[in-house]
Amino acid sequence: MKSMKGINRTGMILAMVVGMIIAACMSPDAGPEPVLSDEPAAPQPQEVQSTLSIVQERGKLVCIGNSQLPGFGFLDSEGNFSGFDVDYCRAIAAAIFGDANALEVRPATARERFTILSSGEGDVIIRNTTWTMSRDTDLGMNFGPTTFYDGQGLMVRKESGVVTLPDLEGASVCVITGTTTELNLADQFAAAGVNYEAVVFEDFDQSFTAYEEGRCDAVTTDKSSLVSRQTTLSAPADHVILEVTLSKEPLGPAVRHGDDQWFDLVNWVVYATMIAEEAGINSGNIDSFMGSEDPNIRKLLGLEGDFCSKVGIANSGCFVDVIKEVGNYAEIYNRNLGPETVFDLPRGLNSLYTDGGIIYAPPIR
Amino acid sequence: MTTAAGTPSDRSVLPITERYPLVGWLRRNLFSDVFNSLLTLAALAFIIVIARIFLRWVFFTAEWGVIPANFNLLMRGQYPAAEAWRLWLVIYLLGAVVGICWKLIVGQFSGAARVLIAIPFVLMLIPFFSMGSRLNLLITAVASGAGFFIAGYLPIQRRGRAAAYFLIAYLVVMLVLLRGLPGEEGPMPPVQPILWGGLLLSLLLAFFGITLSFPLGVLLALGRQSKLPAVRIMSVIYIEFIRGVPLISLLFMGQVMLQLFLPDGFPLVDRVLRALVAITLFSAAYTAENVRGGLQSIPRGQYEAAQAVGLSAYQSTIHIIMPQALRAVIPVLVGQFISLFKDTTLVALVGIFDLLGIARTIISNPDWLGTQQEVFIVVAVLFWIFSYTMSYASRRLERRLGVGER
Repeated sequence: MKSMKGINRTGMILAMVVGMIIAACMSPDAGPEPVLSDEPAAPQPQEVQSTLSIVQERGKLVCIGNSQLPGFGFLDSEGNFSGFDVDYCRAIAAAIFGDANALEVRPATARERFTILSSGEGDVIIRNTTWTMSRDTDLGMNFGPTTFYDGQGLMVRKESGVVTLPDLEGASVCVITGTTTELNLADQFAAAGVNYEAVVFEDFDQSFTAYEEGRCDAVTTDKSSLVSRQTTLSAPADHVILEVTLSKEPLGPAVRHGDDQWFDLVNWVVYATMIAEEAGINSGNIDSFMGSEDPNIRKLLGLEGDFCSKVGIANSGCFVDVIKEVGNYAEIYNRNLGPETVFDLPRGLNSLYTDGGIIYAPPIR
Repeated sequence: MTTAAGTPSDRSVLPITERYPLVGWLRRNLFSDVFNSLLTLAALAFIIVIARIFLRWVFFTAEWGVIPANFNLLMRGQYPAAEAWRLWLVIYLLGAVVGICWKLIVGQFSGAARVLIAIPFVLMLIPFFSMGSRLNLLITAVASGAGFFIAGYLPIQRRGRAAAYFLIAYLVVMLVLLRGLPGEEGPMPPVQPILWGGLLLSLLLAFFGITLSFPLGVLLALGRQSKLPAVRIMSVIYIEFIRGVPLISLLFMGQVMLQLFLPDGFPLVDRVLRALVAITLFSAAYTAENVRGGLQSIPRGQYEAAQAVGLSAYQSTIHIIMPQALRAVIPVLVGQFISLFKDTTLVALVGIFDLLGIARTIISNPDWLGTQQEVFIVVAVLFWIFSYTMSYASRRLERRLGVGER
């Protein structure tokens, strides 16, 4: 009896495993067949659908963004996404649909953002993402024009008397994991021969709360974030942001490798906001430029040469929609980070090249 | 203890501890000897210091303006304001259904019913509610009273079953109200689940997570006990696989990886639904192990007795084994459901705005920078209210079923 039962059981297991293997082998073959028989003439199965046509079919852009970075991406009290990065999502939506609200912001952590883009869950990352070589190559990203030039800084307590990096010998530094800041910190401290202890957190709030509670002697992240966060500390004047800049942090949009049309579209929407600032066109005065004789302005506004069609958009006034709905670069900057906000960040590097900055867009022609 | 030294009416003869019961209690419990007295005083001083710091913060330092300004966000996330009436309708109906079911199942207006009917009134006292919301809460209370009253006149024979039908009908109506009807221009335009947020989403995830994972867990527990090897092995593999993986990785799988495995052009499953499936699958494995604990506590004699009176395996499971097994594990199950409710906050890490997720975006709003303490305290209180309600309900249920007594 006993042995019979044993054989029975083994047989069952065997049958199950074999069944599972067969099922696993069958399914990939069985999968595509109905698709082929459905549309035998269509060449579509061979061709990968373009991102733009996916977005247009869906009726909205899915933008991988941040929901927890003051000034760059957050929910306002009405439940709408708002911020500098979100405005660039809105600009792309406005260019494609003529409606900046044809947009779903997919909030993501620093870690998962690239996976989400690769898996096709989102169309573009605009989430204070630093353009680096390995992200550009290994991760298969294409980075668009930098919308915000940042640099990594360090904030310490004034009473510590720290002024330069070597002063931080043996200090503990709060840092956010999965970001370039974590790696820069290691590189710069190693280069300066300074020993330190990294205290790693998943997000800004934890990192800054830990710093304020005294769990670390310094906190590091992009300088723009340090400025915004300093205002939230209980005694902002007791803290100081060091002069030293640990890294270059060019922040901008990123798209997947392999869809050049989509990459061009994202690029030129961003450039259009910069060109508009150069030309002095903003959301308030754009209508007065509609009769302009300046060929550069006429090209931007779609009055001459159909430049929108070159990035796949049928509406020749796509950049007009961007400027009307979202504004030019200066408007986007000032609305989110400018003197009227709590941050009051000076434009610095982010001024137009004509004002001493490095914001420079190629011409539309 | 002490024999009364005089007639009961002559209280002045009694020792002071008897004359004033409070003094007696204090002396017995807090000042019984020198060491205890010192300990009491030290503890008292400690409590006062902490309470002073906390109260000073609550009343003078804290900037409570952040809560009313973002109250809608905390309650319903990005659910469009124009459609908020649907949420109130859902709450009215909840009140009515609770009233109806109470009448049908319990019958009279007893102690717990008073607690239930008091809930809307207590909520009205919360300072962050607007007058409109208070009115809506009043309507909810009236609706549950009306439900209770009307249910008494319904010509219903099988009251328990009728209550179940009412509940199921309510769930269907609730989902339709939340999700809306097709057609952007219609009276109830659809609202994507990704826009449901805040407390609304936390409660929905917890509720459906619990109600869906429970039956699945019971089936898995029975499967693990089954004599059929295929069923047993599959159950064991499932349970051990899920229990070996943290919930957050299941959520990531659902949100990020799923799309890579599915064939091209496969319709996107809603992200909130994917999170719910992950939570349900996760919780079911734990429920299964808890229920198995209950099954193993049933003495063999119960199985044999059920067999002896001629019940089939199915009948004995349904009528003899399961009721006893589940009764034995109520505290464990409720503990697990409470932890499931709190685990729903993990969905914030995959970009879904539950109560905690929405709280974290509120503190990132430049207008409200530096208010994380205020916001997180409110979130903690909300979580405490619902978790405590669950454990209170479970204690009442245990008392009613006599767990630990019989």
